[in-house]
Amino acid sequence: MSLALEQILNGLQFGVMIFLLAAGLTLVFGIMGVINLAHGSIYMLGAYVAASASSKGAPFVVAVAAGAAAAAFAGLAIELVVIRRLYLRDHLDQVLATFALILIANDGVSIAWGKTPLNMTMPPALAGAVSLGGLTYPTYRLVLIAAGLAVAAALYVLVARSRLGMLIRAGATHRETVAALGVDITRLNTIVFALGALLAGVAGALLAPILAVQVGMGEQILILTFVAIVVGGLGSIRGAFVGALLVGLVDTLGRAYIPVVLKPVARPEIADSLGGGLSAIAIYLLMAIVLVWKPRGLFAAGTR
Amino acid sequence: MVTTLRAALAALLMTSLAGSAAFAADPPPLKIGMITTLSTAGGYLGEDMRDGFILAMDEEHGKLGGVPIQLLVEDDGLKPASGKQIADKFRLQDKVDVFTGIIYSNVALAVVPGLVESGAFYVSPNSGPSQLAGAKCNKNFFVVSWQNDTPHEATGHYAQYLGLKKMVVVAPNYTTGKDAINGFKRTYHGQIAEEIYTALDQTDYSAELARIRAANADGIFYFLPGGLGINFLKQFTNAGLKKTMKVVLPEFSLESHVVSAVGNDAEELYGTAHWLADLPYPANKKFVEDYTRKYHRDPTPYASQGYDTAKLLASALRAVNGDVTKADAFRAALRKADFKSTRGAFKFGPNQYPIQDWYSMKVVRDPKTHKLTIRGVGKILRDTGDVYSSQCKM
Repeated sequence: MSLALEQILNGLQFGVMIFLLAAGLTLVFGIMGVINLAHGSIYMLGAYVAASASSKGAPFVVAVAAGAAAAAFAGLAIELVVIRRLYLRDHLDQVLATFALILIANDGVSIAWGKTPLNMTMPPALAGAVSLGGLTYPTYRLVLIAAGLAVAAALYVLVARSRLGMLIRAGATHRETVAALGVDITRLNTIVFALGALLAGVAGALLAPILAVQVGMGEQILILTFVAIVVGGLGSIRGAFVGALLVGLVDTLGRAYIPVVLKPVARPEIADSLGGGLSAIAIYLLMAIVLVWKPRGLFAAGTR
Repeated sequence: MVTTLRAALAALLMTSLAGSAAFAADPPPLKIGMITTLSTAGGYLGEDMRDGFILAMDEEHGKLGGVPIQLLVEDDGLKPASGKQIADKFRLQDKVDVFTGIIYSNVALAVVPGLVESGAFYVSPNSGPSQLAGAKCNKNFFVVSWQNDTPHEATGHYAQYLGLKKMVVVAPNYTTGKDAINGFKRTYHGQIAEEIYTALDQTDYSAELARIRAANADGIFYFLPGGLGINFLKQFTNAGLKKTMKVVLPEFSLESHVVSAVGNDAEELYGTAHWLADLPYPANKKFVEDYTRKYHRDPTPYASQGYDTAKLLASALRAVNGDVTKADAFRAALRKADFKSTRGAFKFGPNQYPIQDWYSMKVVRDPKTHKLTIRGVGKILRDTGDVYSSQCKM
């Protein structure tokens, strides 16, 4: 029982981290109609800046803030220099330009920090484990869950309750009307893009202590993020949240239980490698099932 | 004043003329084609290997075995198709006869057979696939590193030697991962509690860690190259599993990049390797010192392999005076392996893969610098070749 609970917590933690990335990606797509492949690079930048600030002696919280700030600043710059020119172009041009940004970011990072992965030390207070009934669980992973949920809640309040959020939601569904009402949509776009970048930076910085901070780390997680927003419905924050949690849980529980379930029915050497293979495609199966059932995803923007 | 200036200019002119005259008398440099992986997350492997190779050339001011060398380096981006393209370009356009550099076996398998069939020489600094070690061995194919299974067999021996009764084994779900686990199981005879295969692009290992905890084993072996292993080790330590399990690793999962990228999490790691920075051989001491001075980073096994490859080529080039068109003489000279390897004793087996010693290692804190470093513990295997060599008929 405690093992199952542990696996659910693991899935939840993985899911909320994916959400931090998915939120920005889905906002940018929903409101600006831009496919931003470079979102993973911004996440990578957050991790690199946090890790190098931490190695220069900055306290953990300061290092995370530095990573997030650097990511937001990079997002701002990318929007002003590149993305702004792509709003009216078709998706293929956007993919091409943002893919170029990935290459530039990867090479830029290897020039600035070298090819050897960086290390970010975990604050000693969070390095241990806590006891929850019969289960010992790493403190840091609980902190990640709490931080992710806190950001999700703050984002909910921002989007559902604030004036900026109202404009963001309106911009996602009725772009021309919003512009006609005299809202500076260009500035709104810049703010949204920087906000998405900030969230990606937070994710990168928070994950840096338990990941290899290395070139290409953004692309690995970007694929999962895309699956999450497609499952949740493009452009919807609520969809991104549900989609990310689903992807996190299905991926984790798949890796935890598919090999175990296969063991009694297949020969051990087949069960192990088949289990590994099947759990790797579990989230894509999830995506296929959701898309058959709801072709625009669970909570596509504008369909409520 | 004016005259001294004029004299100085004349002297300068003389020396530069003399220099160019000497240059003109030299034969054109021998081209060596290096196809390697410099980009992607695995790019630091190729970078270290290349830098080790260049270090050996620096010792002779751009020559190997007295022969001036033009080293052509290109990045295969870990793609077999690009590797093949680069090889064709080097072979046909640049007329290269001597090749080296490939890191990953999937690239090597796409490139090497075609090259050696065309009469070129290929000396591998890293990849040693089983497919080319047995019945399909080739007289123009030499491997300086190891056969792919051997590092894991050595680790299996060490786990056995450490008295571990029940182990979990982890590897990515692809050919090389499965080979690693099979190699390990060939020499480790305790109980395998769990055999876990992960995805190649996986970053989060929490689900696997919970399974590992539930398996109640006393040791773990994992083959997770580069960043995969760094992610895994950080999360493994964070889950508190190191307190109950001994971690025994092949050299790919425990080298100086990994140690610097995981910080204190590297404490109490065990492993095996064919080369260590603290091996006491004079050739190794010189290599480690020069490498650290030139590149400001600690050498890895990959760097030593690049250096040894260059040294082997130097010994054979000296024997034929740089004339690699004397293929039989060049091949015989390579086969002799008449060079001082950084890893100590080195010779080729019947399939031209190495026969060498394997060492056990442990991560300890340096008493002077307080830095975590990899230290050799002892020899775990002596004069060891591979299981495929008996099928090779040359």
